[in-house]
Amino acid sequence: MPKLFLGIDVGSVSTNLVLLDEDRNVIDKIYLRTSGRPLQTVQEGLKRMKEAAGGSEVSGVATTGSARRLAGLLVGADLIKNEITTHAVAALYYRPDVQTVIEIGGQDSKIIIIRDGIAIDFAMNTICAAGTGSFLDQQAARLGISIEEFSELALTADDPVAIAGRCAVFAESDMIHKQQIGHPINNIAAGLCEALVKNYLNNVGKGKEILPPVIFQGGVAANRGIRRAFEKILGYEVITPEYYDVMGALGAALLVREKFVNSGAPTNFVGWSLCEEEIATTGERCHDCANNCELAVLRRGGKIVAYFGDRCGKWSQSVPEAAATQEVG
Amino acid sequence: MPRYKASVAQMGTAIIPIKSIMLELGFDVIMPPPVSKETLMLGSSHTPEFACLPLKVNVGSYLQILPQEPEVIFMVGGVGPCRFGLYGEVQKEILHSLGSDLEFVVLEPPREHLGEVLDIFIRFLGDGAWRRLPYALYIGYKKLMALEKIERMVPALAPYLSREWRQKLWEEKAAFVRKIDNAAGSGEIDRILRETVEKLESFPREEPEEIFRLMITGEFFMVLEPGVNFHLERYLSLAGIEVERTIYFWDWFKKAVFLSMLRVNWQKKYLDLARPYLSRFVGGHAVESVAHTVEALNKGYDGLIHLAPFGCMPEVTAMALIQQISREKRFPTLSLLLDEHASGTGVITRVEAFVDLIKNRKLYERQGRGG
Repeated sequence: MPKLFLGIDVGSVSTNLVLLDEDRNVIDKIYLRTSGRPLQTVQEGLKRMKEAAGGSEVSGVATTGSARRLAGLLVGADLIKNEITTHAVAALYYRPDVQTVIEIGGQDSKIIIIRDGIAIDFAMNTICAAGTGSFLDQQAARLGISIEEFSELALTADDPVAIAGRCAVFAESDMIHKQQIGHPINNIAAGLCEALVKNYLNNVGKGKEILPPVIFQGGVAANRGIRRAFEKILGYEVITPEYYDVMGALGAALLVREKFVNSGAPTNFVGWSLCEEEIATTGERCHDCANNCELAVLRRGGKIVAYFGDRCGKWSQSVPEAAATQEVG
Repeated sequence: MPRYKASVAQMGTAIIPIKSIMLELGFDVIMPPPVSKETLMLGSSHTPEFACLPLKVNVGSYLQILPQEPEVIFMVGGVGPCRFGLYGEVQKEILHSLGSDLEFVVLEPPREHLGEVLDIFIRFLGDGAWRRLPYALYIGYKKLMALEKIERMVPALAPYLSREWRQKLWEEKAAFVRKIDNAAGSGEIDRILRETVEKLESFPREEPEEIFRLMITGEFFMVLEPGVNFHLERYLSLAGIEVERTIYFWDWFKKAVFLSMLRVNWQKKYLDLARPYLSRFVGGHAVESVAHTVEALNKGYDGLIHLAPFGCMPEVTAMALIQQISREKRFPTLSLLLDEHASGTGVITRVEAFVDLIKNRKLYERQGRGG
């Protein structure tokens, strides 16, 4: 019976799961829209993954993404890891000689600089989400086309128009302006792709030495218009890996495999039955001191699994399993 | 003489000795609540958007205590080496424009002699106040020394403790701060300090396989006030990282007040370290931030975290140079520019990734050397 490892990436827009065997082969991957309901989406993902696993239990689970802690405590993760590290790990798995990782997701974009197989620098977008998946979705919707059509349309452009890309809102006004003076829609789509790539390189990639091989991953990597704009501006080939849309989950699965593959330690995973259990979060406020912290309480099957949001740690430390996951690294 | 109701803005534990000096001098002291989201919200809604975070937090702090009707607010600092030097006046204007008629007194390092400061106290406390000043300062000094001793001891001890004991360590520290805050006399301060040191030293230690050392530097307020830096020092320390903070209130006070009055060029040490990256004063703590980066590199730290308020010109200058050092020397650094829009999740994600980065790197280098 081969050992199985599960990686779960709960992000702002999508929730992804990757099931890995002990030889690092991807058994299955699932990409779901989070739709603002991270807990239920994780349950849905587990339900489908259970079938892929043929009912056999997993030997290790890791979570990543912005809801990694919530998801981790929910499923009983053995490892809770930030998405920057997991993306770097997955890129290295795909191309051990990678030097630059460009990752653009639903609302975050990041760059990771790798040299000699080790991450040496990274950055994440701070002030602007232009160029991320949510923004592209909106713009495609505004043009009345699907995001897939948008991507293909950009490839047909012969002369991309210049679009002000410093700010998502201004990019949109400028795009409307370009439409209203009669530019064809494919040139506008390609122009938008270039503006967003420049925005990314100026904001996120600022001051970083971008060297090939360059790997482009995250949901937006599906957009061939954006990929082509990167290649045009960087002057390097930009590689999109097979599992580009679930790289965070893949990285998490790889890390937990590394941790457990040669150890007999049991997993904390609560089991596939989780997808049938009742889970809920509620908001509470602690008035024990002047901080008046906003607490979020996670319950699984009526039992409190974790507290979040207390500054002093009084509540979050009161659940031992939850307290043990607070360590970084 | 009536007792005036006085207050000051939050700034890490430095507020505790300041409070006790004010109490000993004869003020009724109103303590602002710890810096929270409410503080930031209040502050940023009554300050210019592009003012830096320390101003927003100060104003937020004042607005939180305004319902208790303070008659005078003291602000330590001023004569800022950056626009913070102007904030005393700005804060006064903001509070007055909101309809408050309280007095706002900026305590600046005296230009000529300490008498300038004394004059201010006599105005509020009467002629006899100067007699109480030496004892008040003595108690304030004792409290500050005690606090900073433990503040240095705790992060140095953390890497040698298990996770459970690290948690206890920081709980013990919080309890210590409360006890020092309530301590009445010199003897009591000594006793509390002695007991805490003994207790911390009795914690069971273990020998860690590897110690990861991080330096935290940057703008004064951002480094000192955990309420604005997401308790970064505690967070890293709880994770077993050895954290060295480069800014302590007493160090700054010694330099900015005593050494400056004695015309000692204390900045030379920093300029010497910061060269060739930075060879002149560019405002704020930029020279120190660059100098500390070089220091961290020279002393073999595994990385450096640089904290700055968003839009702080001196620290943005420093940031560019810190990144240059990082590139040239392959030294991991992480600059965090924070304001009221900063999200805790975003900051923690970056810090976690940075910790992974330094850990993996150190282990990789170790393996490389060991064959």
